[in-house]
Amino acid sequence: MSVTGHSELDVVAPNDGPGSTGALGDRIFRGLAAGSGLVVVLLIAGVAVFLVGQAVPALAKDKANFLTDRVWSLGNLDAPSFGIPDLLWVTVISSVIALLLAVPVAVGVALFLTQYAPRRLATPFAYLVDLLAAVPSIIYGLWGYAVLRPVVDPVQNFLSDTLGFVPLFKDTGVGGTIFLASIVLGIMILPIVTAISREVFAQTPQTHKEGAYALGATRWEMIRTAVLPFGRAGVISAAMLGLGRALGETIAVAIILSQVAGFSFSIFNGGQTFASKIALSAAEFDSPTKTGAFIAAGLVLFILTFAVNAAARVVIERRKAFVE
Amino acid sequence: MSVITTTDPDALAPPSVDRPSRGREVKNAVATVLMWVAFAIAVIPLVWVLWTVVTKGYDLLLQPGWWTHSQQGITIRHQGGGAYHAIIGTLLQALVCGAISVPIGIMTAVYLVEYGRGRFARLVSFMVDILTGVPSIVAALFVYAVWVTTFGFDRVGFAVSLALVLLMIPVIVRSTEEMLKLVPNELREASYALGVPTWKTIMRIVLPTAFTGIVTGVLLGLARVMGETAPLLILGPYAKSINTNLFSGFQAALPTMIYQDRTESLAPAVARTWAAALTLIIVVLVLNLAGRLVARRFRVRG
Repeated sequence: MSVTGHSELDVVAPNDGPGSTGALGDRIFRGLAAGSGLVVVLLIAGVAVFLVGQAVPALAKDKANFLTDRVWSLGNLDAPSFGIPDLLWVTVISSVIALLLAVPVAVGVALFLTQYAPRRLATPFAYLVDLLAAVPSIIYGLWGYAVLRPVVDPVQNFLSDTLGFVPLFKDTGVGGTIFLASIVLGIMILPIVTAISREVFAQTPQTHKEGAYALGATRWEMIRTAVLPFGRAGVISAAMLGLGRALGETIAVAIILSQVAGFSFSIFNGGQTFASKIALSAAEFDSPTKTGAFIAAGLVLFILTFAVNAAARVVIERRKAFVE
Repeated sequence: MSVITTTDPDALAPPSVDRPSRGREVKNAVATVLMWVAFAIAVIPLVWVLWTVVTKGYDLLLQPGWWTHSQQGITIRHQGGGAYHAIIGTLLQALVCGAISVPIGIMTAVYLVEYGRGRFARLVSFMVDILTGVPSIVAALFVYAVWVTTFGFDRVGFAVSLALVLLMIPVIVRSTEEMLKLVPNELREASYALGVPTWKTIMRIVLPTAFTGIVTGVLLGLARVMGETAPLLILGPYAKSINTNLFSGFQAALPTMIYQDRTESLAPAVARTWAAALTLIIVVLVLNLAGRLVARRFRVRG
């Protein structure tokens, strides 16, 4: 008699035995799971292979030096000449300024949410900041150009009037400037930098914080001696992930930046980033050479973001190893 | 037993730790104010953007034709028409993108959490991180290089969906991973103890337990891809008429509808641009809020 109330037969009957359907199902399921992982790996590999594969023929025809020449003329399909220094400059400087603007605010917001906000309000407040990330980038572009530009203009004029002797701040009389794009980019990367910083700040061991308080620290001193040192690596990697976002942001930048003929080192100039150049030129993708030129630019952007994201990941991994 | 040997009663009193010095207090107060200011700086653009779009765009949304008509035959000089063609395009492209991304994303997360040990798992996890950082314009160029240049197909809605897949998979993987990690190990062990094979344990115990959390991830992922414009510029040219066929003809989407007339200064075109922007925000925020609400319910149960 069985304790479960079933007969002996019931206990034996459903047994598949080792190596039968259960194991087969396991193997198939495991294969599907690993296969999906493989798809992800192949996607990245595919991106690299296809971009390289279609950029190389165009690069081979390039009459200019791709890395150093300031030209972009694809008119002659047999002898195109295109180079990326302008694109690289605008891409990097706009992202770096966005980072300089966003990271201090993001760290402040993260500290506010984890250390200052009333506990009951911390979650809804955090959600508000996350909502910033939900707003589509094209809407930031529209808003930035139509609404924010008139507000930023006086600031810009003031800066170029007082600091205009520095090439970086020279007035160029352009409408949609790199500076304006940077502010909008800064707003767009704020939520991601905040979210990751918030996460690491929240992990600060209670004992560290209590230790600081026990030594008579004020709240700010506690943050400076316990929370910030603990979260530093996290903030660095958060900033790098934000940088990766800013480098690749397309449509907001494309809408805001004025296209200009001349190049200058001023952040009050217009220009094109890799992403905005490619997006605005989609109509020109009519021959392999032209397309290849833009794909070459896209490849550089891919390498840039890959490097930044990989570095961020390394920082996080090292911190994990350190904490655990 | 006390280590204090003096008999002076004052020495027995605790040292004066009641108040930090004036300078430290000021610093503390300044820091507190700065934190609040930082939060305000973060919230101002959100409110400002939403306010701008709502006030400039709500007019047209109240007209019944907006939700049922396309822009066919309507020029920038004329009022009228609606966003139905763009709404349907955005929804279809996101739906197909979801249908491809969700199974791949969930299974990848299952692999990473339930099976993944060793070098290949670390590689997959690393690649998911990289995929998270791939700019949408690069994803679009990749699909263009495959779909148009290599295979010679046309630029259609389905190609847009494929580009969006690259952007959606990492969102699903990461959110599903988080949820699977929250499933208590006791549940898995109880299932194994009953002789249930691993795959059935995952399908019947682990995934259902994490279900609401996964739904949240899917909704947030959909919200993200619906607002993407770059893939549409490369792969999905705008059309003014309704096209529900993802494999033939140009198909409108809300971001391209916004982009279309953004430089026009004629009143009807401007109004339409902002109305389309508000429509897109509503769609995205509704999905986002739905995702959070589902997540909230999960947290209560967990």
